[in-house]
Amino acid sequence: MNAAAGSASPHVVETHGVGKVFETGDAAVTALDGIDLTIRSGEFVSLIGPSGCGKSTLLRIIGDLTDPSGGELRVNGKSARQARLDRDYGMVFQAPVLMDWRNVASNIELPLEVMGFPREDRARRSAALVKLVELEGFEGKHPWQLSGGMQQRVAIARALAFDPKLLLMDEPFGALDEMTRERMNLEVMRIWRETGTTIVFVTHSIPEAVFLSTRVVVMSARPGRISRVVDVDLPQPRTVDTREEPRYFSLVTTVREALRAHLVDTEPLDDLGDARIRAEGIS
Amino acid sequence: MTRSSPLSSWLPALLLAVVVLALWEGASIVLGLQTFLLPRPSLIVGKLVELWPSTLARGIAFTASEALVGLVTGVACGTLVGLATARWRTARETLVPIGIGASTVPIIAFAPITINWFGPESMLPRVIIVAVMVFFPTMVNTIRGLTQVEPAALELMSSYAATDRQTLMKLRVPNALPFWFTALRIAMTLSVIGAVVGEFFGGPLYSLGIYITNQTGVSDYASAWAAIVLACFLGIAFYFAAILLERLLVPWYAAREAAR
Ligand SMILES: Nc1ncnc2c1ncn2[C@@H]1O[C@H](COP(=O)(O)OP(=O)(O)OP(=O)(O)O)[C@@H](O)[C@H]1O
Ligand SMILES: [Mg+2]
Repeated sequence: MNAAAGSASPHVVETHGVGKVFETGDAAVTALDGIDLTIRSGEFVSLIGPSGCGKSTLLRIIGDLTDPSGGELRVNGKSARQARLDRDYGMVFQAPVLMDWRNVASNIELPLEVMGFPREDRARRSAALVKLVELEGFEGKHPWQLSGGMQQRVAIARALAFDPKLLLMDEPFGALDEMTRERMNLEVMRIWRETGTTIVFVTHSIPEAVFLSTRVVVMSARPGRISRVVDVDLPQPRTVDTREEPRYFSLVTTVREALRAHLVDTEPLDDLGDARIRAEGIS
Repeated sequence: MTRSSPLSSWLPALLLAVVVLALWEGASIVLGLQTFLLPRPSLIVGKLVELWPSTLARGIAFTASEALVGLVTGVACGTLVGLATARWRTARETLVPIGIGASTVPIIAFAPITINWFGPESMLPRVIIVAVMVFFPTMVNTIRGLTQVEPAALELMSSYAATDRQTLMKLRVPNALPFWFTALRIAMTLSVIGAVVGEFFGGPLYSLGIYITNQTGVSDYASAWAAIVLACFLGIAFYFAAILLERLLVPWYAAREAAR
């Protein structure tokens, strides 16, 4: 893809044969192999797969935090590095990564300070985001005075502060209780609809992936590959009622089977025998 | 309760000090200890009151100035070198080994030489000794604070395309402040010790170090002890000044530690 076509490209992420090998002393670990993935503007794509299948690694490669060992990657028609320098990414990590010397409001304003937003604008945005993640009254609190879930909400607000074109979220709700998690799912849905931002979202939860996504990318481990892509054709906007629809349940089953099928097909190892028997018993 | 008041948190230490002093006083009387071995606390306090301010005030002011000037110089140099080494690789490779080398020099052994250079009346010999003594802990802690940053926090800054300067000012420096204040506490007490010990090798007659040496020479041990106690008070005052400064500049740190 050339640079001129790049800026107008509807493809936010485009990978061809992206792979990653970690050289760890004696043995090399192939974390990712032959990843072909195209994400269009405005999509909500979830990455799901067994632990260690390379979800975080793929997200980090897209976000230019790790270099791929091979393959091609374009983000918004540019190199990932250029996209990072253009501040196209908002990131939410598995851990909140807040700064203890800053309170909630100024943690949210950190990217705005770095990017040179004027003071009033910063204050206005952080106030709106505090409201969005329902932390009113906690603006002046420091991270250690918040629960894990509240800290993660601050991290989400911080990632949204500068209206990034692409949100990369790595299990952002892993630390939240089920009720908060479902509410945050609705919030993320709303933010996604209202801002039109593209989201790549790593999760371990099948229902969460189906509820949120326009597409679910199912991955398998050793080496990390895309084993199946499930289009989620549930109508928008998704609401609490979405979780009651038959189509929702059948999609959850599809993703679950895609995850299990792969365990049975390619991992007839002793340590996975248990999972294999369970999977076969159900199918 | 998230934070105890300063007084109540120091109460156990104060109580212990009172108990130890009482035991010392009692043991001296019961065992009939000779004054030249270990004067009773009451004798020392009596001397302190008697000698203050006529004899000791000028000495403590002189010692305090030496300690303070040396402290500011050494801490400033240690901080600047720490900043430079965290920022530039070449600085790390050249300055850190030199810093380590300098810290192994038995600096007190240099006291007679520096006194030879500048004369005993000058403050400079002690200022140099103090500055060299406090330089190393400051440098080491500054480097540690600037470099021991959460890797994910660095990635966060990198995702904002933050410049090195922004990462330094918004992440590394705030992260380093608690480390730096730990160094400052150490430096504060070291500075008083360095100044007094430096005076043993030469200084104005009224300086604490010379006074202690002279009174010991004429077997006036209570007076020598009074001067030592005064130097202790100076060290403690310096230490609390460091804590006060820390509370003012990094209030979040004490609050976080208290919450843990
Ligand atoms: N820095 C690294 N050095 C060496 N190996 C690594 C490194 N990071 C990841 N790996 C390996 O790469 C593989 C994929 O790791 P990754 O963190 O991407 O998995 P994941 O799918 O995110 O897992 P989880 O669901 O547990 O978070 C694993 O086998 C892991 O051991
Ligand atoms: Mg992961």
